[in-house]
Amino acid sequence: MTLYTSTVVTPRRPSRVWAKFGENTAYALGLPIILLVIWGVWSSISPAPFFPSPLVIAEAFIETWVGPAFFADVLPSLGRLAIGIVLAVGLGIAAGIVIGLVQWLRELLEPVFEFFRAVPPPVLIPIVAVLVGANDLMKVVVIVAGAIWPVLLNTIEGVRATDSVMTETARSFAVTSGERLRYLVLPSASPRIMTGVRQCLSIALILMVISEMFFSSSGLGYRIVYFQRNYLIAEMWSGIVLLGLIGVLLAVIFGFVERRVLRWYHGIKEVERA
Amino acid sequence: MTATADAPTTVAGAPRARQHRTMRKLVLGVAGILGFLATWQLLPTLGIVNPAYFPTATETILQLFVLFGDLEFWRNVGRTLTSWALGLLISTVLAVVLGTIIGLVPFLRRATHTTVEFLRPIPSVALIPLAILMFGYQLQAALLIIVYAGFWQVFIQVLYGVADVDAVARDTARSFGLSRGSRIVNLVFPTALPYLMTGLRLAATVALILAITAEMFISIPGLGRAIMLARESGQWTTVYALVIVTGMLGLLVNLIFRAIERRSLSWHQSVRGEEVL
Repeated sequence: MTLYTSTVVTPRRPSRVWAKFGENTAYALGLPIILLVIWGVWSSISPAPFFPSPLVIAEAFIETWVGPAFFADVLPSLGRLAIGIVLAVGLGIAAGIVIGLVQWLRELLEPVFEFFRAVPPPVLIPIVAVLVGANDLMKVVVIVAGAIWPVLLNTIEGVRATDSVMTETARSFAVTSGERLRYLVLPSASPRIMTGVRQCLSIALILMVISEMFFSSSGLGYRIVYFQRNYLIAEMWSGIVLLGLIGVLLAVIFGFVERRVLRWYHGIKEVERA
Repeated sequence: MTATADAPTTVAGAPRARQHRTMRKLVLGVAGILGFLATWQLLPTLGIVNPAYFPTATETILQLFVLFGDLEFWRNVGRTLTSWALGLLISTVLAVVLGTIIGLVPFLRRATHTTVEFLRPIPSVALIPLAILMFGYQLQAALLIIVYAGFWQVFIQVLYGVADVDAVARDTARSFGLSRGSRIVNLVFPTALPYLMTGLRLAATVALILAITAEMFISIPGLGRAIMLARESGQWTTVYALVIVTGMLGLLVNLIFRAIERRSLSWHQSVRGEEVL
């Protein structure tokens, strides 16, 4: 990936567009290329057993993950992760709206929820594993049970903070409660909800990896630990790189969704700042 | 119709109304906790879940008090908090130094952007196998994971904070001829402080999660390993009691860092739209 893009770095053409493009590319890829080159040179000068050169890792990456392993280990992991995230976000927002709108319910449940959020999610894995059994359902339950709290609590907080003047206005204009939810409560809570979703994503990824590492016989996390226990160092590194790529992919998707959902909000922020 | 009745009392009755509201909140909160404990008690008693793997609330709370009298338990709490504090300290120092340098130099900011955006989303637990290979089943392995996770939380906040210096204030400082050192102390530092505090609080929570995770899965002595040991010997009441302890630690860390944040920013007028974890 980095090999052929490096040729674009030095712009020849006098055109401003190309100069700008070249400069941006140089900034974007300069440091990663320098770091990779240093790593490669260093690992060939003094070979450290646990730090193979980037080329070896790239080779292992293609050998390990391109092919049947992709369908046997990577896709099921991603599927469980996706189901877990969708359930956590969906349930969290739905429950959060109900709880946020009903004051007594909120005051009743908030201390308990605060405690649940404070429990480090990985300690739930042994408990869920014994209650549900070490299967696919267990991993999804673990992801939902650990990742739902930031979404839920941020939604509650966001719904509660809906501007009271606007609520009264909507009420006196006889806006139905369905419309009020759609056009007032949800938009005004969305910045907080997105904050919760971002935390939910990173917790879900962590839980996917750990639950597979130690309570599974397939999946991405299991593979990485298997490689480590059998001293297949380059393969282990390729797994870490793949997890990094999944993390980046999640961040990109989230960034895209956030920009769509919060376009109005960023707009207001910019106006306020100007 | 209630509005007419409420209107005259709002001025005189405001403190009492507020008192009433906090009272109500307290009562409802306690009721919620009691209701939760009652549900927990009933689930295994009625046989909805298997009581062998899901002990009742009373059993668990009794076990909690047994643990409180056990010296080994307190040693484990100490070990967990030690690796947490060490990890948090190392990651904060690294992040503040690097974040300040990179944040203040536009060239570095631009050049490091893609690298940061790629390294940051890597889940730190992915590094567990590497940590085991590098350091074996020791504290250093846990520290590597804790530091990696905590570092980004503080680093990103410092990076934003340092860059957030008000343009007018910066130009004023320049034209009054403040030296570079004095600019950093009197201008950059106060601007970045609220960001730093938010980052510190997020990092403290994340560091605790990863300290316990590392103990569970790299079997380093501490609360996490105690949970796994109790699980392997089938002492499920102890497992649940320890899970409650980790939750309490999490709550405590969150409360303390919130208090520190509020204390150190008591001078800060505006309430920023901060991210709450």
